[in-house]
Amino acid sequence: MFWNKETETLKGDKLEKLQIKRLKWTITQAEKIPFYKKLLNNSNISSDDIRKTEDIHKLPLTKKTDLQGGYPFGFLAVPKKEIVRIHTTSGTTGKPTVVGYTRQDLDNWSELIARNLTMVGLTADDTFQNAVNYGLFTGGLGFHYGAEKIGMTVIPSGTGNTKRQIEMIDDFGVTALHCTPSYAMHLSEVAEAMGTELESLRTGMFGAEPWSDNMRGILEEKLGVTAYDSYGMSEMYGPGAAFECKERNGLHFWHDSYFIEIIDPDTEEVLEPGQKGELVVTPLVKEAMPLLRYRTGDITMILEDECPCGRGPKIARLTGRSDDMLVIRGINVFPSQIEHVLRSIPEVGDQFMVYVDRINHLDEMTIDVEIKREFFKGELSDLERIQKKIIHSLKELLNLRTKVSLVEPESLPRFEGKAKRVIDKRGDKF
Amino acid sequence: MRAWDPRIEEMPVLELKKLQYRYLKTLVYRLYSFSDFYHRRMKEQNVHPDDIKSLEDVKKLPFMYKTDLRDNYPNKIFTSSTEELVRYHVSSGTTGKPTVVGYTQKDLDLWTQSLARSLTACGLGRGDVMQVSYGYGLFTGGLGLHYGAEKIGATVVPTSVGNTERQIELMQDLNVTAIACTPSYLNHMGDVAEKMGISIKNDTELKTAILGAEPWSEQMREYLQKEMGISAYNIFGTSEISGPMFTECLEQNGIHIWGDIAYTEIIDPETGENLPAGEKGELVMTILQKEALPMIRYRIGDITCLDESVCPCGRTHPRIDRLSGRVDDMLIIRGINVFPSQVEHALLGISEVSGQHFMIIVEREGTLDNMTVQVELKQESFSDKINDLMDIKRKVSHILKNSLNVSCGVEIMAPNSLPRFEGKAKRVIDRRNI
Amino acid sequence: MDTKDFIIKQISVFSENKPGRLAAIAKALEEEKINIFAFSIAESKGFGVVRLLVDKPAPALEKLAHLGFMVSFTDVIAVNMKDEPGGLYETAKILGNSEINIEYAYAYSGKDAAVLILRVDQVDEAIRGIRKSGGELLKAEMFK
Repeated sequence: MFWNKETETLKGDKLEKLQIKRLKWTITQAEKIPFYKKLLNNSNISSDDIRKTEDIHKLPLTKKTDLQGGYPFGFLAVPKKEIVRIHTTSGTTGKPTVVGYTRQDLDNWSELIARNLTMVGLTADDTFQNAVNYGLFTGGLGFHYGAEKIGMTVIPSGTGNTKRQIEMIDDFGVTALHCTPSYAMHLSEVAEAMGTELESLRTGMFGAEPWSDNMRGILEEKLGVTAYDSYGMSEMYGPGAAFECKERNGLHFWHDSYFIEIIDPDTEEVLEPGQKGELVVTPLVKEAMPLLRYRTGDITMILEDECPCGRGPKIARLTGRSDDMLVIRGINVFPSQIEHVLRSIPEVGDQFMVYVDRINHLDEMTIDVEIKREFFKGELSDLERIQKKIIHSLKELLNLRTKVSLVEPESLPRFEGKAKRVIDKRGDKF
Repeated sequence: MRAWDPRIEEMPVLELKKLQYRYLKTLVYRLYSFSDFYHRRMKEQNVHPDDIKSLEDVKKLPFMYKTDLRDNYPNKIFTSSTEELVRYHVSSGTTGKPTVVGYTQKDLDLWTQSLARSLTACGLGRGDVMQVSYGYGLFTGGLGLHYGAEKIGATVVPTSVGNTERQIELMQDLNVTAIACTPSYLNHMGDVAEKMGISIKNDTELKTAILGAEPWSEQMREYLQKEMGISAYNIFGTSEISGPMFTECLEQNGIHIWGDIAYTEIIDPETGENLPAGEKGELVMTILQKEALPMIRYRIGDITCLDESVCPCGRTHPRIDRLSGRVDDMLIIRGINVFPSQVEHALLGISEVSGQHFMIIVEREGTLDNMTVQVELKQESFSDKINDLMDIKRKVSHILKNSLNVSCGVEIMAPNSLPRFEGKAKRVIDRRNI
Repeated sequence: MDTKDFIIKQISVFSENKPGRLAAIAKALEEEKINIFAFSIAESKGFGVVRLLVDKPAPALEKLAHLGFMVSFTDVIAVNMKDEPGGLYETAKILGNSEINIEYAYAYSGKDAAVLILRVDQVDEAIRGIRKSGGELLKAEMFK
């Protein structure tokens, strides 16, 4: 099924023509941002230099840290009164990255989600439980608007309260579920313990964190669904930039809205289809916050085979990161953020270790912290207070619940050279 | 902008009443013909749609209660098919099963329309940056205000609840001009901001606050307005009537209830008799154009009074006074409705404690409501390991959080240490001074 | 007599909840020939605090700190109890009557006497209250 067949199956010259037109527009839009104006001036490039899609390689790359420098509004290309929504996403240190949307942007985004949902066979007759975070995180509102657009019944269940989530699936006859794959796993186990088969459920859409084909098999069996992978990030509106079709063999990128490249993360050299590297995305229709050649940090490749469904080229499911970003329960966490938080708490000593593990299919982050000696006054309650303070500060910045263990002084490993303070014990992520 | 929809908002009173009558008549005929539930209710009350000959005849119709929603869980009294539904919201019920509200696209549009009018009446519009600090998701506050603010072209910052320090940073960094949250949360933000060395009055651009979901006083308004250099407006609505829908206007003198959306009555909660305008009683609402879950003479349980005079702002729609209490034992904790019966229901499901022996203590700690549930430990669950007892406490607190949607303190008490009641139990000690 | 004569230095040691930590502490004290009068462990999630009353607090603290333990002195008081039925009741009554709020307590009962060790929020007032009500406190000089 298609939501917008003509656009979804656009290929060859027609697609290239549209991409060039939109790329030129995006460059003009980006020139309204001082950062890009300077960058484009320095490299002496303007939209006139784009005659074929390969000319995009002449444009400079944009990194996440560049966005950080523009906090809060440095990357907006439209007057503030045209912004109707703001989302934020984790930055690499204390401040988040701010993403703005015009009304047109919200429409574009909903259109892409509507295409994705329709592509996997969902219609207005479906009842859809959206079990991801609402609010500043793009996953919740993004899917919500798309599902509403095609007229599905939306249950904005958000995260947490698993028992009630399961009751709602059964009581409302939910047919489609969107959540992180690890939460889906957890949900299936709780459902099993509650003695329900979740009979109405048929479609599972899982994203915001990497998951394997092995996990897909388990989820499909346990939940009785067909499971689809979803990809996106706030910088490209949110989830929905790429999605699996019924073939479930790679994710279709929406090429009318994004121009994608794969580069070697070290040399920045552009790679061919079939070669693995870092995904670089240039959104083609973003008004409020255009980006040029944005380095996503995600490792994948463009697949060479044509898809029988008739849509354009796919990317492989993600196979890693080019940086040290962690994805914990669907939330992106940079070790530098954790360091930033811990360094701002006076009681915390110089040494800490972060362990990420998967317990009952849910990611758990444990942080071992040494307390500075001068803050130990012999009272248990003081220690408990410090422990709570650390947990609270991490929650405030990362929006993530963590376990904090206070350990004895000098018990944590000391590093010479580059410290390896994060140990990811989760196996089989990718 | 003077008004979002001046044609409706400033409609002459007589015309508005005619419109209300027309909507009522249509609604009653529709429900009598197509809804088993309403048909039966009207039969029981011995009333036929033909008996509704004027707007005042609404009082011939039977009341609806919150328990009607629970008894017909999840959607037995919906009058739209599942295909027509586009949204569910779920709020806490009085015991185990939650209250479910379904919406058609038209229901959502009307809700958004109502808020667009109300937010405009509070002076908001394009160019405003509105932080929505109500909970998103199943709770109606977040998405309701979100859609309303988006409709009027404001920039929406969907912060949802929690992470107060981050919220204050965003308020400052994103030049937020308006916020929607509970009055106690705004008060709390003021305190936290002060600790961060930020004055909301001097260091942010906040000028409007839309406050509701819990009772608050005129003194509180004066305090917040002065302290933060803002104008604060009262907002009203419950999920059964769609969600938060109605606010005050710039006059700050009563909440305008859009007459084309709702017909308002005030009754004596004991006798069910209608009370004249100006007299305090229980608020009863009939939502005139709702499709999926119509509400006829719904007993909201809040105590207020009605003012039918035309407002100096030019709007002709009647106003209700700020809420001054409840007719039942419902508590409002940080904007969330909590019934003691829900607490009991949740506790009875936990094997380690004696769920029938509990007390609820509500206090205002600084600016935020704190609810503490005391429950007796069962003799056989006692352990000399503090960690075991802490685990039980954590379990109780987790289960209560899940069933009440609000976190509360838990105190595990020794067996036989809590009061026993003969006759009607008085399990709530409310130490707040609102 | 000054109240400070009754304030005893308890050694508090931070310890992770893992095997061998108590042995490590005890070994350190044994090496310094330090005698332990009383001790208790307070537990929390993942860690605890070992509390000790020893005959030579200063060398004990120094030794433990030298070994890398996180240690601190904590002011406590110790009340002599009669080592017979009703002994604790008599003491507890005094505490109750003096309106003393106990943060934590532990006790030892030896061949000569029984002692209740208390951590209280207002130590000076507690000492005055207990003495006024006829309670007998151990002197700090015993632990030097």
